[in-house]
Amino acid sequence: MTAPGLPSGGGCRTAPVIKERGQREVFCGLTGIVWLHRKMQDAFFLVVGSRTCAHLLQAAAGVMIFAEPRFGTAILEEGDLAGMADAHEELDREVAKLLSRRPDIRQLFLVGSCPSEVIKIDLSKAAERLSQRFAPRVRVLNYSGSGIETTFTEGEDACLASMVPVLPRTEARELLVVGALPDVVEDQMVGLLEAMGIGPIRLLPARRIDDETAVGPNTVFALAQPFLGETHAALLRRGARHLAAPFPFGEEGTTAWLAAIAREFGVDAETFERVTAAPRARARKAVAAAARTLSGKTVFFLPDSQLEIPLARFLARECGMTPVEVASPYIHDAIHGPDLDLLPAGPRIAEGQDVDLQLDRVRADRPDLTVCGLGLANPLEAEGLSTKWAIELVFTPVHFYEQAGDLAALFARPLRRKALLKLEAAE
Amino acid sequence: MKLSVWTYEGPPHVGAMRIATAMKGLHYVLHAPQGDTYADLLFTMIERRNHRPPVSYTTFQARDLGADTAGLFKTACRDAVARFDPQAIIVGASCTAELIQDDPGGMSETMGFSIPVIPLELPSYQRKENYGCDETFYRLCRALARPQDRTPRITCNILGGTALGFRHRDDIREITGLLADMGIEVNVSAPLDATPADLARLPAAHFNVLLYPETAETAARWLEREHGQPFTKTIPIGVGATRDFVAEVQKITGLGTRPDETHLRMPWWSASVDSTYLTGKRVFLFGDGTHVMAMARVARDEMGFEVVGMGCYNREQARALRKCAEGYGVEALITDDYLEVEEAIERLAPEMILGTQMERHIGKRLGIPCAVISAPVHVQDFPARYSPVMGFEGANVLFDTLVHPLVMGLEEHLLAMFREDFEFHDDAGASHHGHKAKARTEESARPPERADEQPAAESSFDIVWLPAAEKELKKIPFFVRGKARRNTETFAARKGVREISVDTLYEAKAHYAR
Repeated sequence: MTAPGLPSGGGCRTAPVIKERGQREVFCGLTGIVWLHRKMQDAFFLVVGSRTCAHLLQAAAGVMIFAEPRFGTAILEEGDLAGMADAHEELDREVAKLLSRRPDIRQLFLVGSCPSEVIKIDLSKAAERLSQRFAPRVRVLNYSGSGIETTFTEGEDACLASMVPVLPRTEARELLVVGALPDVVEDQMVGLLEAMGIGPIRLLPARRIDDETAVGPNTVFALAQPFLGETHAALLRRGARHLAAPFPFGEEGTTAWLAAIAREFGVDAETFERVTAAPRARARKAVAAAARTLSGKTVFFLPDSQLEIPLARFLARECGMTPVEVASPYIHDAIHGPDLDLLPAGPRIAEGQDVDLQLDRVRADRPDLTVCGLGLANPLEAEGLSTKWAIELVFTPVHFYEQAGDLAALFARPLRRKALLKLEAAE
Repeated sequence: MKLSVWTYEGPPHVGAMRIATAMKGLHYVLHAPQGDTYADLLFTMIERRNHRPPVSYTTFQARDLGADTAGLFKTACRDAVARFDPQAIIVGASCTAELIQDDPGGMSETMGFSIPVIPLELPSYQRKENYGCDETFYRLCRALARPQDRTPRITCNILGGTALGFRHRDDIREITGLLADMGIEVNVSAPLDATPADLARLPAAHFNVLLYPETAETAARWLEREHGQPFTKTIPIGVGATRDFVAEVQKITGLGTRPDETHLRMPWWSASVDSTYLTGKRVFLFGDGTHVMAMARVARDEMGFEVVGMGCYNREQARALRKCAEGYGVEALITDDYLEVEEAIERLAPEMILGTQMERHIGKRLGIPCAVISAPVHVQDFPARYSPVMGFEGANVLFDTLVHPLVMGLEEHLLAMFREDFEFHDDAGASHHGHKAKARTEESARPPERADEQPAAESSFDIVWLPAAEKELKKIPFFVRGKARRNTETFAARKGVREISVDTLYEAKAHYAR
């Protein structure tokens, strides 16, 4: 149960951070709905916004939009902008219609957008009012997924943070794991922790509203995702204690994450070794296969999801890559610190973005692999750069031991493809 | 407020992006919050463009509100002009920026750029994507087109091609070739691949070919009024419409040359006996007004289908479509709510749907074959191969497009029908000639319970099938049995009949017969 060794040349925790402001090529927090609604099976996400918001969800959800998804947009019309009074009546009417059509819905999230924030529709008041009206069957909560306040995965953070104040109180000493993970990954995680004798394990978000997630002064919580700053703060406010750890990407990250929890719950070294030895060996073997392609290559992360720092750490330490720039939309010392400690010194660390200036640096560096959004990926490929589009890292199971090989393969595949394709005419 | 999951059209600033991205040498400075850059990926992914759309966003955040969003806008303008060196810029606001009232037009005009600055007013809470295209292109023409002499030879402009347009790339190539056959050169094709300098030359052409009224009709009308250029009204989709289009162009120009029809195969394909089974196939059409109206003619007059319903999502075309629908004896459905479209399709129970990406999924859900004829479309409808829908090659493409889902449908029925056959069962192996084929055992030979043979009680709460009728129903081939059951029950419910007898079954059959 030893902590991973710190890099010999020092980590990046104290490295100077390039802080940029300018045009940002990022998603807004509404996008979080696309994966959150699948995790929370009895929840509906109602965005109060414009046609742009509906169009964004459609573009982000792709074909998922046709599978009776549990999200939608109440599109503001001209009349809604004129008088504030009936915006609430309109919303109540749409919600009543929705809930009568979907009796299976137990939690309704009113999700704020840029337009609703700018005209200051009080969605928290609306949530309170609607909660009373539809209690006890439906709980109505509110959070903002607007672009002016949230970037991409921060939408999940805002959603979970809105749930924290209404979670039941408990005095029990329990572990709470925070962050939506694919079911298969969540099951693996719970399996590993239970095998060490840790339990009961509470999850936020739970799959259903009736699954018992409670919080109190004896709760300790671990974050499974690095973008949960607000939720972190909300849990501290309820007296819970955070277990700082690197994020569970790769063999090393997963081991360090599990070890932090094992230490807290007094698991002995022998038990830890017995539970983790076999999956660690499997993970190392699987990563090694992809690392053959990745080793010695340079990688550039554009800001997207806040997963960039832990992923750069994984690629640098376990796959032999050299990060040249690691940019994140936000860097939070209490959350990203342990991964920054482990990330070998060298790369530029950047927070925020001015996309044109950053692209100038990409072109100057000509990295072997650029991790970026879909708006930039094809244009950079056309300039001869290999890219890995970042959104896939949020949707695909990538955490913990069994997915470590898949995670490395996601980065190796574009490089292997580039080597395989011979499309140039013979000279 | 209106609850919506699927939107046929994006907001109007996406329409303006479609114009900016279609053109070269033009840049769009869009006052918009962080996150609105999502629209870039429509162009880089769906259309697979190899460059970023020429759009600079101010991407303001909450902390900028109340401070200096106007300053952000000016900086973005200055940076865009310095970095991209465009011939002209368009400036405007997205839906959120519309609410904070910074007036991009006013600000940019005072900044003293040496290039034309064209402000856009796009009301995001009233209008949509197609309006955004049409209005932007009109504003560009107004600002840039200069009075000038006509070209010595007869030339025309092709108007309406945009980025993210359904088959625009190949339609323009096809129509350019068709016009060349007639001895007519294209002066400017715009907005697709045109520069602001090209737009200045628009009035040199003798007339305009308006390919997509959705995106360029206002500009075409303005050019007619201001520069005396007539524009074509026929949309050359299908054989008949293409020939009408040729006649219209001949009338405008006085030229008599006809285009080459050597490679037009569609009429013979449709006349050949193999196509007889297409006769009277009941089709439902939905999409943008232009494509629906044009395709209705193809469906009825060139494929021999029966049009049982048609509609469009863009209300700009509502009047024309209503009138067109009258000619087919059906009522037009004007809606942007896909649930209404789904309801109409369910009610009309067509044998084929011609629609958008959304109707493709409705078709999948209802088990009805579907071909995509209009935007919004997904990545697979921006094909690598040449696939126009206009002109004579377009007609060839359409025949294949419309027939394939049906052939596939027939294939599927046949495979299902023979699945229980002693030679074709699942264990038979790849070839029934091979010695590996195993005879069916008594156990596996028993036909499996089919989902559509569930007791009637499940699908209708108070309608009862009498045993004789139930027995008669079993005689109907199983692949149409489900439909027969559904039709009979619908018929019975409408007539207020509680018990379905053999007579009810055949009355229903007669009712739905054509």
